[in-house]
Amino acid sequence: MSWGFLRDLLSGVNKYSTAIGRIWVAVVFLFRLLVYIVAAENIWKYEHDEFECNAKQPGCENVCFDHFFPISHIRLWALQLIVVSTPSLLVVFHVAYRENREKHHNQKLYKSPGKIDGGLLCTYLISLTLKTGFEVVFLVLFYKLYNGFEVPPLVKCDVRPCPNTVDCYISKPTEKMIFLRFLVATSCLCIVLNLSELSYLLFK
Amino acid sequence: MDWGTLQTVVGGVNKYSTSIGKVWLTVLFIFRVMILVVAAERVWGDEQQDFVCNTLQPGCRNVCYDHFFPISHIRLWALQLIFVSTPALLVAMHVAYRRHERKRRFRNGEKIDIEELNNEKIHIRGPLWWTYSSSIFFRIVFEAVFMYVFYYLYDGYQMPRLMKCDAWPCPNTVDCFVSRPTEKTMFTIFMLAVSGICMMLNLAELCYLVIKICMRQPRKTT
Repeated sequence: MSWGFLRDLLSGVNKYSTAIGRIWVAVVFLFRLLVYIVAAENIWKYEHDEFECNAKQPGCENVCFDHFFPISHIRLWALQLIVVSTPSLLVVFHVAYRENREKHHNQKLYKSPGKIDGGLLCTYLISLTLKTGFEVVFLVLFYKLYNGFEVPPLVKCDVRPCPNTVDCYISKPTEKMIFLRFLVATSCLCIVLNLSELSYLLFK
Repeated sequence: MDWGTLQTVVGGVNKYSTSIGKVWLTVLFIFRVMILVVAAERVWGDEQQDFVCNTLQPGCRNVCYDHFFPISHIRLWALQLIFVSTPALLVAMHVAYRRHERKRRFRNGEKIDIEELNNEKIHIRGPLWWTYSSSIFFRIVFEAVFMYVFYYLYDGYQMPRLMKCDAWPCPNTVDCFVSRPTEKTMFTIFMLAVSGICMMLNLAELCYLVIKICMRQPRKTT
């Protein structure tokens, strides 16, 4: 059980999407999921081991790391990917429900179970709204937790048991900041795609 | 979920490529993606752990490493490969759109042979020619941009053994030693050479497409 599940989910969703929806799936696959797995994960791999404080006091590093990173960037990123992809499941369930109904009544009830009209259009619009909402929520969360999308090289920590104020150094801050900004850019791109799809469907 | 998925996605475009395009795809996956995964990642695997500075000052190593490697080679290559592969998707989308349009016309009553529709050989003509050429153009641009970024960030393509660091909190100037500099230089030059080959292949493909379209025009007018 790993990211392969998400990949299969997104491939399944692709069949019932509009053209913009397919572009959204491609962006999520290539610029978010693939970048996360082949590049970003390795940057944050040893973040705790490489976090160094200028004090010999046992426990100081642990406490400071915990204070500045209540939840690691990389975990938030993974959660964002999962949460943002799942509203598409609503569309998959609705199509499956339609197909089941047709089988149950043994007659053709719909022009095509996968065509986006009627109830399925409503479900599709709801899934788009949820996707956009979740993206915005996670961007706000990143912003609030980490004081903007910055990763400073040095943080000053004065949590017990550290003696007075201690300098703590984060590893690879520039690389982390570059990938954080890349994450924000792709999130915004996905929000724009979702909003265009929403307006396209509403005004069609 | 990893490079295999990219291979499946981009490999699907292979059907609509020219012969040079097929060679390019093979070079991309064998000499770049595979080398990255089986060799380069191991060479850069221990890069920060084995980056050693001649000081006991806590934090100095982190700061110096960050100063000299704002973004690691391995990550830059991964991004380069992703960006260079994606223009091929434009072609896939265009072909899918054309198929969709023909199916729609078939459903609206126009007489189109369904067999022909499914086994249609896609010729690179008309709007598809423009899409295909734009995708090659973007590939060339991305390759060039990344090669320049490498050159700019690392002052050339050589990995020095020793770097002198005077970023705070390091006391005065401190010697820092990079792990496996020669191996890293070799891989950097190898990846650069293969990037260059891919760029040449793309340029050749672009020239071939332009010549093909120029040769078709006079034949049409005569």
